[in-house]
Amino acid sequence: MAKIKPRVKLPKKAKAGETITIKTIISHKMESGRRKDKKGNVIARRIINKFACKFEGQTIFGCDIEPAISANPYFQFNAKVEKTGEFEFIWTDDNGDTYQKKQTIKVS
Amino acid sequence: MGRKVSLISTVLGAGLLALSTYGTAMADSTLKSIAPPANHPLSEIISGYEFRASETQDLQDDDFENPGYIWVDKGEDLWSEVDGAAGKSCASCHEDASESMKTAGAEFPKWSEKLQKPINLEQKINDCRTENMKADKWKWESEQLLSMTSFVRSQSRGEPVNVQVDGPMAPFFEKGKDLYYQRVGQLDLACSNCHEDNYGNQIRSDLLSQGQTNGFPTYRLKWQKVGSTHRRFKGCMKNVRATPYKVGSDEFVNLELYLGYRGKGLPIESPAVRN
Repeated sequence: MAKIKPRVKLPKKAKAGETITIKTIISHKMESGRRKDKKGNVIARRIINKFACKFEGQTIFGCDIEPAISANPYFQFNAKVEKTGEFEFIWTDDNGDTYQKKQTIKVS
Repeated sequence: MGRKVSLISTVLGAGLLALSTYGTAMADSTLKSIAPPANHPLSEIISGYEFRASETQDLQDDDFENPGYIWVDKGEDLWSEVDGAAGKSCASCHEDASESMKTAGAEFPKWSEKLQKPINLEQKINDCRTENMKADKWKWESEQLLSMTSFVRSQSRGEPVNVQVDGPMAPFFEKGKDLYYQRVGQLDLACSNCHEDNYGNQIRSDLLSQGQTNGFPTYRLKWQKVGSTHRRFKGCMKNVRATPYKVGSDEFVNLELYLGYRGKGLPIESPAVRN
């Protein structure tokens, strides 16, 4: 499988109490487990089954993902920021791998 | 929009493909077009972007939401990654891609002195790899080649398509043109039957564009990934039940060259998003 690459976009700076928009996307084939190869054998399922966003270690957004989600899943959500800190994004693959990305935000 | 509906009966006669004039509901004035050069086969040059739904256009317009940027990002990583016996990366010679590749994406296919024929961007990248980096070629449609092509072409975003068609390129340009107007396959259709005579009309549920190449490598929602111009050519040929040429073949490079001329002046949009 191709190299998996997460991308995250959120503002570098914000005012305390401001609601910011966070956008995430990850390159992943999201093999549903329902397709068959040329010989008729089922292609094993391999999807990102979980996504979570943490702020300073505390989960602020998370979800389970099912096979019907398209390739390269995209999530957009909002968060209210009160203090400077680090966002951590974690995607969990069916094979147990996790893909992580971190980004800090400066709150004034 | 210059449409010739006379062909439609012929196409319906083939019994397999239904083209209708239903799509004429689209107001001509809403499509942004540019004026073609003298003696150009089209009366107006329109990017494929204009034929897509606003949701698809929005996806392309936002550099983050555009999934094609995953490949551009990967290409950016590869740009400075040392590979091959010469111990070089792309950046060793070309340094800052935003400077060195500013116009490159708009100029391919370009004349190759060595091969005495035009080569396209994918072939140029591989030529650089084998000649200067002493590295292995990347396979066509491989993740690396798609990423690098997307990255390089995205540096030229906004630059007008400007392929050379005269001088040594002329005979290859003519070959490409012949291919464009050559009816092929069981449906007996040439590129021109859809993309010159019927752009703006529906082909079943899809709206026919002019088949411009300024957005390639393109993220196609149908493919769920980025694909090359030649992959699209193959798809088109399969659609008309013809045996496709191979990706990277001389035929496809000639066709790509001719299509560059048909889209002369269109801004590069790579990586575009299409359905």
